[in-house]
Amino acid sequence: MYDTSDIRKGLKVLMDGNPYTIIEFQFVKPGKGAAFTRTKFKNLLTGAVVERNIRSGEKLEPANVETKDMQFLYKEGGDLVFMDQTNYEQVTIATDLIGDAHDLMKDNLPCTVVFFNERPVDVTLPTFVFLEVTASEPGVRGDTSGNVQKPATVETGAEVMVPLFIRVGDTIKIDTRTHEYVERVNK
Amino acid sequence: MRGRVLAVDRSVTPAVAIIRGERADVRLPARDAWRPGDLVDGGEVVRAGGEGDFPSPRTETARLPRTRLSNLHARAKAVAALRAFFVERDFVEVETPLLVPSPGLEIHLDAVSAGGGYLITSPEYQMKRLLAAGFERIYQVCRCFRGNERGPHHAGEFTMVEWYRAFDELEAIIRDTEQLVAHVVDAVSGSSTAHIHGRAVDVTPPWPRMTVRDAMRTWAKIDVQGDEPAGALRDAVRAAGIDVDDAAAWDDVFFAGFLARVEPAIAALDRPLVLEDWPAPLAALARRRADDPHTALRFEAYVGGLELANAFDELTDPVEQRARFEEDLRLRRERGRGIYPIDEKLLAALAEGLPPCAGIALGFDRLVMLATGAERIDDVLAFTADEL
Repeated sequence: MYDTSDIRKGLKVLMDGNPYTIIEFQFVKPGKGAAFTRTKFKNLLTGAVVERNIRSGEKLEPANVETKDMQFLYKEGGDLVFMDQTNYEQVTIATDLIGDAHDLMKDNLPCTVVFFNERPVDVTLPTFVFLEVTASEPGVRGDTSGNVQKPATVETGAEVMVPLFIRVGDTIKIDTRTHEYVERVNK
Repeated sequence: MRGRVLAVDRSVTPAVAIIRGERADVRLPARDAWRPGDLVDGGEVVRAGGEGDFPSPRTETARLPRTRLSNLHARAKAVAALRAFFVERDFVEVETPLLVPSPGLEIHLDAVSAGGGYLITSPEYQMKRLLAAGFERIYQVCRCFRGNERGPHHAGEFTMVEWYRAFDELEAIIRDTEQLVAHVVDAVSGSSTAHIHGRAVDVTPPWPRMTVRDAMRTWAKIDVQGDEPAGALRDAVRAAGIDVDDAAAWDDVFFAGFLARVEPAIAALDRPLVLEDWPAPLAALARRRADDPHTALRFEAYVGGLELANAFDELTDPVEQRARFEEDLRLRRERGRGIYPIDEKLLAALAEGLPPCAGIALGFDRLVMLATGAERIDDVLAFTADEL
Protein backbone atom coordinates (compact mmCIF):
# COMPACT_ATOMS: atom_id res chain seq x y z
CA MET A 1 0.00 0.00 0.00
CA TYR A 2 1.06 3.54 -0.66
CA ASP A 3 0.59 6.44 1.76
CA THR A 4 0.60 10.18 1.09
CA SER A 5 4.37 10.38 1.25
CA ASP A 6 4.56 8.04 -1.80
CA ILE A 7 2.41 10.32 -3.94
CA ARG A 8 4.20 11.50 -7.06
CA LYS A 9 3.40 12.11 -10.69
CA GLY A 10 2.99 8.87 -12.60
CA LEU A 11 2.21 6.70 -9.54
CA LYS A 12 -0.28 3.99 -10.60
CA VAL A 13 -3.05 3.21 -8.12
CA LEU A 14 -6.24 1.18 -8.04
CA MET A 15 -9.47 2.91 -6.99
CA ASP A 16 -12.89 1.24 -7.26
CA GLY A 17 -11.30 -1.46 -9.39
CA ASN A 18 -9.95 0.98 -11.97
CA PRO A 19 -6.32 1.82 -12.62
CA TYR A 20 -5.38 5.48 -12.28
CA THR A 21 -2.19 7.40 -12.76
CA ILE A 22 -1.47 10.49 -10.67
CA ILE A 23 -1.08 13.54 -12.89
CA GLU A 24 -0.96 16.37 -10.36
CA PHE A 25 -0.75 16.77 -6.61
CA GLN A 26 -0.36 19.47 -4.02
CA PHE A 27 0.29 19.27 -0.30
CA VAL A 28 -2.25 21.35 1.62
CA LYS A 29 -2.21 22.11 5.32
CA PRO A 30 -4.11 24.90 6.99
CA GLY A 31 -2.23 26.18 10.05
CA LYS A 32 -4.34 24.39 12.64
CA GLY A 33 -6.07 21.90 10.36
CA ALA A 34 -5.42 18.43 9.01
CA ALA A 35 -2.95 17.96 6.18
CA PHE A 36 -4.00 16.35 2.93
CA THR A 37 -2.74 15.97 -0.59
CA ARG A 38 -5.03 17.40 -3.24
CA THR A 39 -4.51 14.85 -5.98
CA LYS A 40 -5.64 14.54 -9.60
CA PHE A 41 -5.97 11.01 -10.93
CA LYS A 42 -6.38 10.03 -14.58
CA ASN A 43 -8.31 6.85 -15.26
CA LEU A 44 -5.99 4.77 -17.44
CA LEU A 45 -8.94 3.10 -19.19
CA THR A 46 -11.20 6.06 -19.91
CA GLY A 47 -8.88 9.06 -19.59
CA ALA A 48 -11.35 10.68 -17.19
CA VAL A 49 -9.73 12.88 -14.54
CA VAL A 50 -10.94 12.93 -10.95
CA GLU A 51 -9.71 15.03 -8.04
CA ARG A 52 -9.57 13.61 -4.52
CA ASN A 53 -8.10 14.82 -1.26
CA ILE A 54 -5.91 12.13 0.24
CA ARG A 55 -5.49 12.67 3.95
CA SER A 56 -2.32 11.92 5.85
CA GLY A 57 -2.60 8.34 7.05
CA GLU A 58 -4.90 7.28 4.22
CA LYS A 59 -3.70 4.38 2.04
CA LEU A 60 -3.73 3.94 -1.72
CA GLU A 61 -3.72 0.54 -3.37
CA PRO A 62 -1.03 -0.04 -5.98
CA ALA A 63 -2.40 -1.01 -9.40
CA ASN A 64 -0.97 -4.00 -11.24
CA VAL A 65 0.41 -1.76 -13.91
CA GLU A 66 3.55 -2.32 -15.88
CA THR A 67 5.32 0.13 -18.12
CA LYS A 68 7.29 -1.15 -21.10
CA ASP A 69 9.46 0.54 -23.68
CA MET A 70 8.13 -0.52 -27.05
CA GLN A 71 8.80 0.32 -30.63
CA PHE A 72 6.00 1.22 -33.07
CA LEU A 73 6.23 -1.14 -36.08
CA TYR A 74 3.36 -0.44 -38.47
CA LYS A 75 -0.34 0.33 -38.83
CA GLU A 76 -2.73 -2.50 -39.54
CA GLY A 77 -6.29 -1.40 -40.27
CA GLY A 78 -7.42 0.62 -37.28
CA ASP A 79 -4.73 -0.85 -35.09
CA LEU A 80 -1.09 -0.21 -34.38
CA VAL A 81 1.47 -2.92 -33.93
CA PHE A 82 4.22 -2.47 -31.34
CA MET A 83 7.21 -4.60 -30.42
CA ASP A 84 8.73 -5.12 -26.98
CA GLN A 85 12.38 -4.16 -27.42
CA THR A 86 13.57 -6.64 -24.81
CA ASN A 87 11.88 -9.88 -25.97
CA TYR A 88 10.67 -8.99 -29.51
CA GLU A 89 7.07 -9.86 -28.64
CA GLN A 90 4.45 -8.01 -30.65
CA VAL A 91 1.32 -6.34 -29.31
CA THR A 92 -1.59 -4.89 -31.25
CA ILE A 93 -3.12 -1.72 -29.84
CA ALA A 94 -6.26 0.11 -30.99
CA THR A 95 -5.58 3.55 -32.47
CA ASP A 96 -8.19 5.09 -30.12
CA LEU A 97 -5.91 4.47 -27.19
CA ILE A 98 -3.28 6.79 -28.57
CA GLY A 99 -5.58 9.70 -29.20
CA ASP A 100 -4.84 12.61 -31.48
CA ALA A 101 -1.14 11.95 -31.75
CA HIS A 102 -1.53 8.69 -33.68
CA ASP A 103 -1.03 10.47 -37.01
CA LEU A 104 2.42 11.65 -35.88
CA MET A 105 3.72 8.10 -35.49
CA LYS A 106 6.46 7.06 -37.81
CA ASP A 107 7.79 3.50 -38.09
CA ASN A 108 10.29 2.56 -35.36
CA LEU A 109 9.14 5.36 -33.03
CA PRO A 110 10.07 4.42 -29.44
CA CYS A 111 7.01 4.67 -27.16
CA THR A 112 6.06 3.76 -23.61
CA VAL A 113 3.15 1.35 -23.29
CA VAL A 114 1.29 0.88 -20.03
CA PHE A 115 -0.27 -2.50 -19.28
CA PHE A 116 -3.00 -3.05 -16.67
CA ASN A 117 -3.45 -6.72 -15.75
CA GLU A 118 -1.35 -7.48 -18.86
CA ARG A 119 -3.68 -5.54 -21.16
CA PRO A 120 -2.31 -2.45 -22.96
CA VAL A 121 -4.19 0.62 -21.69
CA ASP A 122 -2.06 3.63 -22.51
CA VAL A 123 0.65 4.68 -24.92
CA THR A 124 2.95 7.61 -24.35
CA LEU A 125 4.78 9.03 -27.33
CA PRO A 126 8.04 10.93 -27.07
CA THR A 127 7.22 14.60 -26.42
CA PHE A 128 8.77 15.58 -29.74
CA VAL A 129 8.91 13.86 -33.13
CA PHE A 130 10.96 14.89 -36.16
CA LEU A 131 9.09 14.56 -39.46
CA GLU A 132 9.71 15.57 -43.05
CA VAL A 133 7.32 17.93 -44.80
CA THR A 134 5.88 16.23 -47.89
CA ALA A 135 3.45 18.87 -49.09
CA SER A 136 2.92 22.57 -48.46
CA GLU A 137 2.08 25.63 -50.54
CA PRO A 138 5.03 28.01 -50.87
CA GLY A 139 4.84 30.92 -48.42
CA VAL A 140 3.86 34.33 -49.65
CA ARG A 141 7.09 36.16 -50.35
CA GLY A 142 7.74 39.23 -48.25
CA ASP A 143 5.21 38.28 -45.63
CA THR A 144 7.45 37.55 -42.68
CA SER A 145 5.34 38.88 -39.84
CA GLY A 146 5.58 36.70 -36.79
CA ASN A 147 2.44 34.69 -36.40
CA VAL A 148 1.35 33.98 -39.95
CA GLN A 149 1.24 30.25 -40.56
CA LYS A 150 0.20 27.86 -43.31
CA PRO A 151 -0.78 24.19 -43.32
CA ALA A 152 1.79 21.53 -44.18
CA THR A 153 1.50 17.77 -44.54
CA VAL A 154 4.23 15.62 -43.03
CA GLU A 155 5.40 12.15 -44.00
CA THR A 156 2.97 10.37 -41.67
CA GLY A 157 0.01 12.16 -43.26
CA ALA A 158 -0.66 14.53 -40.38
CA GLU A 159 -1.32 18.18 -41.10
CA VAL A 160 0.32 20.80 -38.91
CA MET A 161 0.48 24.59 -39.05
CA VAL A 162 3.98 25.82 -39.86
CA PRO A 163 5.64 29.20 -40.47
CA LEU A 164 5.69 30.49 -44.04
CA PHE A 165 9.39 29.77 -44.59
CA ILE A 166 8.95 25.99 -44.27
CA ARG A 167 9.35 24.13 -47.57
CA VAL A 168 8.77 20.61 -48.86
CA GLY A 169 11.74 18.50 -47.79
CA ASP A 170 12.35 20.37 -44.53
CA THR A 171 12.41 18.32 -41.32
CA ILE A 172 10.40 19.87 -38.52
CA LYS A 173 10.10 19.22 -34.81
CA ILE A 174 6.52 18.70 -33.60
CA ASP A 175 5.15 18.55 -30.05
CA THR A 176 3.07 15.36 -29.85
CA ARG A 177 1.02 16.72 -26.95
CA THR A 178 -0.30 19.69 -28.88
CA HIS A 179 0.34 18.85 -32.56
CA GLU A 180 2.21 22.12 -32.72
CA TYR A 181 5.25 22.98 -34.82
CA VAL A 182 8.26 23.74 -32.62
CA GLU A 183 11.14 24.49 -34.97
CA ARG A 184 12.85 23.61 -38.23
CA VAL A 185 15.69 21.17 -37.82
CA ASN A 186 18.88 21.67 -39.81
CA LYS A 187 20.05 18.50 -41.43
CA MET B 1 35.68 40.35 -11.42
CA ARG B 2 36.01 36.83 -10.16
CA GLY B 3 33.84 33.76 -10.10
CA ARG B 4 32.96 30.67 -12.07
CA VAL B 5 32.77 30.60 -15.85
CA LEU B 6 29.20 29.55 -16.65
CA ALA B 7 29.48 29.60 -20.43
CA VAL B 8 31.80 30.75 -23.20
CA ASP B 9 30.58 31.77 -26.65
CA ARG B 10 33.43 31.63 -29.18
CA SER B 11 31.16 32.00 -32.22
CA VAL B 12 31.35 35.77 -31.79
CA THR B 13 34.39 38.03 -31.93
CA PRO B 14 35.63 38.84 -29.40
CA ALA B 15 34.49 35.69 -27.56
CA VAL B 16 32.14 36.29 -24.63
CA ALA B 17 32.02 34.54 -21.26
CA ILE B 18 29.37 34.63 -18.59
CA ILE B 19 30.89 34.67 -15.11
CA ARG B 20 28.94 33.87 -11.98
CA GLY B 21 30.04 36.36 -9.36
CA GLU B 22 28.71 36.40 -5.84
CA ARG B 23 26.01 38.95 -6.58
CA ALA B 24 25.46 38.82 -10.33
CA ASP B 25 26.15 36.90 -13.51
CA VAL B 26 28.27 39.14 -15.73
CA ARG B 27 29.17 39.01 -19.43
CA LEU B 28 32.86 39.61 -20.11
CA PRO B 29 35.26 39.23 -23.05
CA ALA B 30 36.51 35.63 -22.72
CA ARG B 31 40.17 34.72 -22.46
CA ASP B 32 41.39 31.84 -24.64
CA ALA B 33 42.17 29.66 -21.63
CA TRP B 34 38.70 29.93 -20.05
CA ARG B 35 36.48 26.86 -20.07
CA PRO B 36 33.01 26.52 -18.54
CA GLY B 37 33.39 25.41 -14.93
CA ASP B 38 36.73 27.19 -14.36
CA LEU B 39 37.12 29.56 -11.45
CA VAL B 40 38.72 32.77 -12.64
CA ASP B 41 40.08 35.74 -10.74
CA GLY B 42 41.42 38.85 -12.42
CA GLY B 43 41.53 37.08 -15.79
CA GLU B 44 43.54 34.08 -14.59
CA VAL B 45 42.17 30.59 -14.10
CA VAL B 46 42.75 29.90 -10.41
CA ARG B 47 41.05 26.52 -10.35
CA ALA B 48 40.21 24.51 -13.47
CA GLY B 49 36.73 22.96 -13.72
CA GLY B 50 36.18 19.22 -13.75
CA GLU B 51 35.79 16.88 -16.70
CA GLY B 52 32.62 16.61 -18.75
CA ASP B 53 29.85 18.98 -19.68
CA PHE B 54 29.31 21.94 -17.42
CA PRO B 55 27.15 22.52 -15.50
CA SER B 56 26.01 18.96 -14.94
CA PRO B 57 22.87 18.66 -12.81
CA ARG B 58 24.99 17.51 -9.86
CA THR B 59 26.99 20.70 -9.57
CA GLU B 60 26.31 23.35 -6.94
CA THR B 61 26.17 25.85 -9.80
CA ALA B 62 23.18 24.03 -11.29
CA ARG B 63 21.56 23.39 -7.92
CA LEU B 64 21.46 27.07 -7.07
CA PRO B 65 20.53 29.09 -10.13
CA ARG B 66 21.00 32.85 -10.04
CA THR B 67 17.40 33.54 -8.96
CA ARG B 68 17.84 31.33 -5.91
CA LEU B 69 21.21 32.93 -5.07
CA SER B 70 19.54 36.33 -5.25
CA ASN B 71 16.72 35.12 -2.99
CA LEU B 72 19.31 33.99 -0.44
CA HIS B 73 20.93 37.44 -0.49
CA ALA B 74 17.42 38.87 0.04
CA ARG B 75 16.87 36.41 2.88
CA ALA B 76 20.00 37.67 4.66
CA LYS B 77 18.75 41.25 4.30
CA ALA B 78 15.34 40.21 5.60
CA VAL B 79 16.68 38.62 8.77
CA ALA B 80 18.91 41.64 9.47
CA ALA B 81 15.92 43.96 8.98
CA LEU B 82 13.79 41.77 11.21
CA ARG B 83 16.31 41.86 14.07
CA ALA B 84 16.65 45.63 13.74
CA PHE B 85 12.86 45.93 13.91
CA PHE B 86 12.63 44.04 17.20
CA VAL B 87 15.68 45.69 18.76
CA GLU B 88 14.17 49.09 18.04
CA ARG B 89 10.99 48.03 19.87
CA ASP B 90 12.86 46.81 22.96
CA PHE B 91 12.36 43.12 22.36
CA VAL B 92 14.96 40.74 23.76
CA GLU B 93 16.17 38.03 21.40
CA VAL B 94 16.12 34.62 23.09
CA GLU B 95 17.33 31.18 22.08
CA THR B 96 15.49 28.13 23.38
CA PRO B 97 16.41 24.48 22.72
CA LEU B 98 15.45 22.75 19.48
CA LEU B 99 15.66 19.33 21.13
CA VAL B 100 12.97 18.89 23.81
CA PRO B 101 11.28 16.05 25.71
CA SER B 102 7.73 17.30 24.97
CA PRO B 103 6.97 18.75 21.55
CA GLY B 104 3.65 20.41 20.72
CA LEU B 105 0.59 18.22 21.15
CA GLU B 106 -1.43 19.93 18.44
CA ILE B 107 -3.38 17.14 16.81
CA HIS B 108 -2.44 17.91 13.22
CA LEU B 109 1.32 18.11 13.74
CA ASP B 110 3.87 15.30 13.70
CA ALA B 111 7.06 15.90 15.66
CA VAL B 112 10.38 14.50 14.44
CA SER B 113 12.12 12.37 17.06
CA ALA B 114 15.82 12.84 17.74
CA GLY B 115 18.27 11.90 20.46
CA GLY B 116 15.69 10.37 22.81
CA GLY B 117 13.44 13.43 22.53
CA TYR B 118 11.84 15.47 19.77
CA LEU B 119 12.70 18.47 17.66
CA ILE B 120 10.41 21.40 18.35
CA THR B 121 7.42 22.09 16.13
CA SER B 122 7.45 25.60 17.61
CA PRO B 123 9.40 27.23 20.48
CA GLU B 124 6.17 28.18 22.23
CA TYR B 125 6.39 26.19 25.48
CA GLN B 126 9.88 27.33 26.41
CA MET B 127 9.20 30.95 25.43
CA LYS B 128 6.15 30.98 27.71
CA ARG B 129 8.32 29.72 30.57
CA LEU B 130 10.57 32.73 29.96
CA LEU B 131 7.52 35.00 30.24
CA ALA B 132 6.71 33.37 33.59
CA ALA B 133 10.33 34.08 34.63
CA GLY B 134 9.84 37.79 34.05
CA PHE B 135 10.62 38.64 30.41
CA GLU B 136 8.06 40.99 28.88
CA ARG B 137 8.94 41.29 25.22
CA ILE B 138 10.83 38.40 23.67
CA TYR B 139 11.39 37.22 20.14
CA GLN B 140 13.15 34.31 18.54
CA VAL B 141 14.18 33.30 15.03
CA CYS B 142 14.69 29.55 14.96
CA ARG B 143 14.32 26.35 13.03
CA CYS B 144 11.22 24.25 13.61
CA PHE B 145 10.60 20.72 12.39
CA ARG B 146 7.38 19.08 11.29
CA GLY B 147 7.14 15.54 10.00
CA ASN B 148 5.37 14.73 6.71
CA GLU B 149 5.05 18.33 5.58
CA ARG B 150 6.36 19.02 2.12
CA GLY B 151 4.83 21.24 -0.54
CA PRO B 152 5.20 24.53 -2.38
CA HIS B 153 4.59 26.40 0.91
CA HIS B 154 5.86 23.75 3.35
CA ALA B 155 9.28 22.41 4.23
CA GLY B 156 9.79 19.84 6.99
CA GLU B 157 12.51 22.05 8.46
CA PHE B 158 11.70 25.74 8.29
CA THR B 159 12.36 29.03 10.06
CA MET B 160 9.88 30.47 12.51
CA VAL B 161 9.80 33.96 13.94
CA GLU B 162 7.96 33.90 17.22
CA TRP B 163 7.37 36.82 19.56
CA TYR B 164 5.44 37.53 22.74
CA ARG B 165 4.25 40.60 24.59
CA ALA B 166 3.42 40.19 28.26
CA PHE B 167 0.81 42.53 29.79
CA ASP B 168 -0.45 43.26 26.29
CA GLU B 169 -3.20 42.15 23.92
CA LEU B 170 -3.66 40.89 20.37
CA GLU B 171 -4.12 44.43 19.10
CA ALA B 172 -0.43 45.14 19.76
CA ILE B 173 0.56 41.93 17.98
CA ILE B 174 -1.52 42.86 14.92
CA ARG B 175 0.30 46.19 14.76
CA ASP B 176 3.69 44.48 15.17
CA THR B 177 2.84 42.07 12.36
CA GLU B 178 1.71 44.71 9.88
CA GLN B 179 4.72 46.88 10.57
CA LEU B 180 7.21 44.03 10.57
CA VAL B 181 6.03 42.70 7.21
CA ALA B 182 6.01 46.19 5.66
CA HIS B 183 9.48 46.84 7.11
CA VAL B 184 11.01 43.60 5.80
CA VAL B 185 9.38 43.87 2.37
CA ASP B 186 10.73 47.42 2.11
CA ALA B 187 14.22 46.39 3.25
CA VAL B 188 14.36 43.66 0.60
CA SER B 189 12.54 45.21 -2.33
CA GLY B 190 12.53 48.95 -1.59
CA SER B 191 8.76 48.97 -2.02
CA SER B 192 5.53 48.37 -0.12
CA THR B 193 4.45 45.62 -2.48
CA ALA B 194 4.70 41.91 -1.82
CA HIS B 195 4.48 39.44 -4.70
CA ILE B 196 3.04 35.97 -4.68
CA HIS B 197 2.00 33.71 -7.55
CA GLY B 198 2.14 36.61 -9.98
CA ARG B 199 -0.05 38.88 -7.86
CA ALA B 200 0.93 42.14 -6.16
CA VAL B 201 -0.22 42.83 -2.62
CA ASP B 202 0.14 46.25 -0.99
CA VAL B 203 1.33 45.54 2.56
CA THR B 204 1.16 49.12 3.87
CA PRO B 205 -0.31 49.15 7.42
CA PRO B 206 -2.97 49.10 8.71
CA TRP B 207 -4.34 45.91 7.19
CA PRO B 208 -7.99 45.14 6.57
CA ARG B 209 -9.57 42.86 9.19
CA MET B 210 -12.42 40.42 9.11
CA THR B 211 -13.83 37.90 11.56
CA VAL B 212 -13.81 34.24 10.59
CA ARG B 213 -17.61 34.15 10.86
CA ASP B 214 -17.97 37.07 8.44
CA ALA B 215 -15.47 35.52 6.04
CA MET B 216 -17.35 32.19 6.05
CA ARG B 217 -20.69 33.94 5.64
CA THR B 218 -19.48 36.27 2.87
CA TRP B 219 -17.44 33.90 0.76
CA ALA B 220 -18.77 30.44 1.58
CA LYS B 221 -22.38 31.30 2.51
CA ILE B 222 -21.92 29.21 5.63
CA ASP B 223 -23.00 30.28 9.10
CA VAL B 224 -20.54 29.10 11.74
CA GLN B 225 -21.62 29.32 15.37
CA GLY B 226 -18.70 27.60 17.06
CA ASP B 227 -20.88 25.53 19.40
CA GLU B 228 -22.89 23.49 16.88
CA PRO B 229 -22.26 19.75 16.55
CA ALA B 230 -20.13 18.57 13.62
CA GLY B 231 -23.29 17.18 11.94
CA ALA B 232 -25.00 20.58 11.84
CA LEU B 233 -21.94 22.29 10.40
CA ARG B 234 -21.61 19.47 7.86
CA ASP B 235 -25.17 20.11 6.66
CA ALA B 236 -24.40 23.81 6.26
CA VAL B 237 -21.19 23.05 4.33
CA ARG B 238 -22.99 20.58 2.06
CA ALA B 239 -25.80 23.07 1.50
CA ALA B 240 -23.10 25.41 0.16
CA GLY B 241 -22.26 22.74 -2.44
CA ILE B 242 -19.05 21.44 -0.84
CA ASP B 243 -18.33 17.74 -0.55
CA VAL B 244 -17.50 16.47 2.94
CA ASP B 245 -17.22 13.01 4.54
CA ASP B 246 -19.90 11.74 6.94
CA ALA B 247 -17.24 10.88 9.49
CA ALA B 248 -15.39 14.21 9.36
CA ALA B 249 -14.72 15.93 12.68
CA TRP B 250 -15.81 19.52 13.35
CA ASP B 251 -12.50 21.07 12.37
CA ASP B 252 -12.24 19.00 9.17
CA VAL B 253 -15.75 20.08 8.15
CA PHE B 254 -14.86 23.70 8.86
CA PHE B 255 -11.66 23.52 6.78
CA ALA B 256 -13.47 21.81 3.88
CA GLY B 257 -15.61 24.95 3.59
CA PHE B 258 -12.79 27.33 4.42
CA LEU B 259 -10.32 25.91 1.88
CA ALA B 260 -12.91 25.60 -0.88
CA ARG B 261 -14.29 29.14 -0.68
CA VAL B 262 -12.57 31.43 1.80
CA GLU B 263 -8.91 30.80 1.04
CA PRO B 264 -9.29 31.33 -2.74
CA ALA B 265 -11.20 34.56 -2.03
CA ILE B 266 -8.44 35.78 0.31
CA ALA B 267 -5.86 34.85 -2.32
CA ALA B 268 -7.52 37.17 -4.81
CA LEU B 269 -7.27 40.24 -2.54
CA ASP B 270 -4.71 42.91 -3.33
CA ARG B 271 -4.33 43.65 0.40
CA PRO B 272 -3.34 41.42 3.30
CA LEU B 273 -6.09 40.24 5.61
CA VAL B 274 -6.17 39.80 9.37
CA LEU B 275 -8.66 37.04 9.99
CA GLU B 276 -9.73 37.26 13.63
CA ASP B 277 -12.14 35.77 16.17
CA TRP B 278 -11.81 32.06 15.43
CA PRO B 279 -14.56 29.65 16.46
CA ALA B 280 -13.82 28.05 19.84
CA PRO B 281 -13.17 24.53 18.47
CA LEU B 282 -10.17 26.07 16.65
CA ALA B 283 -8.89 27.92 19.71
CA ALA B 284 -5.71 25.80 20.02
CA LEU B 285 -3.77 27.65 22.76
CA ALA B 286 -5.86 30.82 22.64
CA ARG B 287 -8.03 32.27 25.37
CA ARG B 288 -11.76 32.40 24.76
CA ARG B 289 -13.50 35.76 24.69
CA ALA B 290 -14.94 36.71 28.07
CA ASP B 291 -18.05 38.11 26.35
CA ASP B 292 -18.45 35.18 23.93
CA PRO B 293 -17.12 31.75 24.95
CA HIS B 294 -17.74 30.36 21.41
CA THR B 295 -15.04 32.63 20.07
CA ALA B 296 -11.30 32.39 20.62
CA LEU B 297 -8.92 35.36 20.76
CA ARG B 298 -6.86 34.25 17.83
CA PHE B 299 -5.95 35.77 14.47
CA GLU B 300 -4.23 34.67 11.33
CA ALA B 301 -2.48 37.02 8.92
CA TYR B 302 -2.85 36.24 5.22
CA VAL B 303 -0.90 37.94 2.46
CA GLY B 304 -1.90 37.09 -1.11
CA GLY B 305 -3.56 33.91 0.15
CA LEU B 306 -0.39 32.79 1.89
CA GLU B 307 -1.02 31.95 5.53
CA LEU B 308 1.80 33.95 7.07
CA ALA B 309 1.24 34.02 10.83
CA ASN B 310 -0.96 32.77 13.64
CA ALA B 311 -1.46 34.60 16.92
CA PHE B 312 -3.15 33.94 20.24
CA ASP B 313 -4.14 35.90 23.25
CA GLU B 314 -2.44 33.19 25.22
CA LEU B 315 -4.25 30.78 27.44
CA THR B 316 -2.77 31.27 30.93
CA ASP B 317 -5.13 29.11 32.98
CA PRO B 318 -3.24 25.95 34.00
CA VAL B 319 -6.43 23.98 34.60
CA GLU B 320 -7.90 24.67 31.19
CA GLN B 321 -4.48 24.22 29.58
CA ARG B 322 -4.17 20.73 31.09
CA ALA B 323 -7.70 19.87 29.96
CA ARG B 324 -6.85 20.94 26.39
CA PHE B 325 -3.61 18.95 26.42
CA GLU B 326 -5.50 15.87 27.59
CA GLU B 327 -8.16 16.35 24.94
CA ASP B 328 -5.42 16.71 22.30
CA LEU B 329 -3.80 13.50 23.53
CA ARG B 330 -7.14 11.70 23.45
CA LEU B 331 -7.68 12.80 19.83
CA ARG B 332 -4.10 11.86 18.91
CA ARG B 333 -4.67 8.34 20.28
CA GLU B 334 -8.03 8.07 18.52
CA ARG B 335 -6.48 9.07 15.19
CA GLY B 336 -3.41 6.90 15.57
CA ARG B 337 -0.94 9.75 15.76
CA GLY B 338 2.25 9.88 17.81
CA ILE B 339 1.77 10.29 21.57
CA TYR B 340 4.06 12.77 23.30
CA PRO B 341 4.41 13.52 27.01
CA ILE B 342 2.60 16.55 28.40
CA ASP B 343 5.04 19.36 29.21
CA GLU B 344 4.59 19.49 32.99
CA LYS B 345 7.15 22.28 33.34
CA LEU B 346 5.00 24.50 31.13
CA LEU B 347 1.94 23.70 33.25
CA ALA B 348 3.95 24.46 36.38
CA ALA B 349 4.95 27.82 34.89
CA LEU B 350 1.29 28.56 34.18
CA ALA B 351 0.44 27.62 37.76
CA GLU B 352 3.22 29.87 39.04
CA GLY B 353 1.54 32.63 37.06
CA LEU B 354 1.98 33.56 33.42
CA PRO B 355 1.25 37.26 32.93
CA PRO B 356 -1.57 38.05 30.51
CA CYS B 357 0.17 37.93 27.17
CA ALA B 358 -0.23 37.64 23.43
CA GLY B 359 2.10 35.95 21.02
CA ILE B 360 2.51 35.00 17.39
CA ALA B 361 4.38 32.59 15.14
CA LEU B 362 5.27 33.82 11.67
CA GLY B 363 6.72 31.71 8.86
CA PHE B 364 9.95 33.49 7.97
CA ASP B 365 10.50 31.53 4.74
CA ARG B 366 7.07 32.62 3.55
CA LEU B 367 7.85 36.22 4.44
CA VAL B 368 10.97 35.97 2.25
CA MET B 369 8.83 34.46 -0.53
CA LEU B 370 6.52 37.49 -0.35
CA ALA B 371 9.43 39.94 -0.32
CA THR B 372 11.21 38.31 -3.27
CA GLY B 373 8.24 37.04 -5.28
CA ALA B 374 9.55 33.47 -5.07
CA GLU B 375 6.91 30.91 -6.05
CA ARG B 376 8.03 28.01 -3.90
CA ILE B 377 9.51 27.75 -0.43
CA ASP B 378 12.40 25.77 -1.99
CA ASP B 379 13.44 28.91 -3.86
CA VAL B 380 14.24 30.77 -0.61
CA LEU B 381 16.14 27.91 1.06
CA ALA B 382 19.87 27.29 0.71
CA PHE B 383 19.16 23.55 0.88
CA THR B 384 15.99 21.53 0.66
CA ALA B 385 15.74 18.14 2.37
CA ASP B 386 16.07 16.44 -1.04
CA GLU B 387 19.34 18.22 -1.72
CA LEU B 388 21.27 16.72 1.19
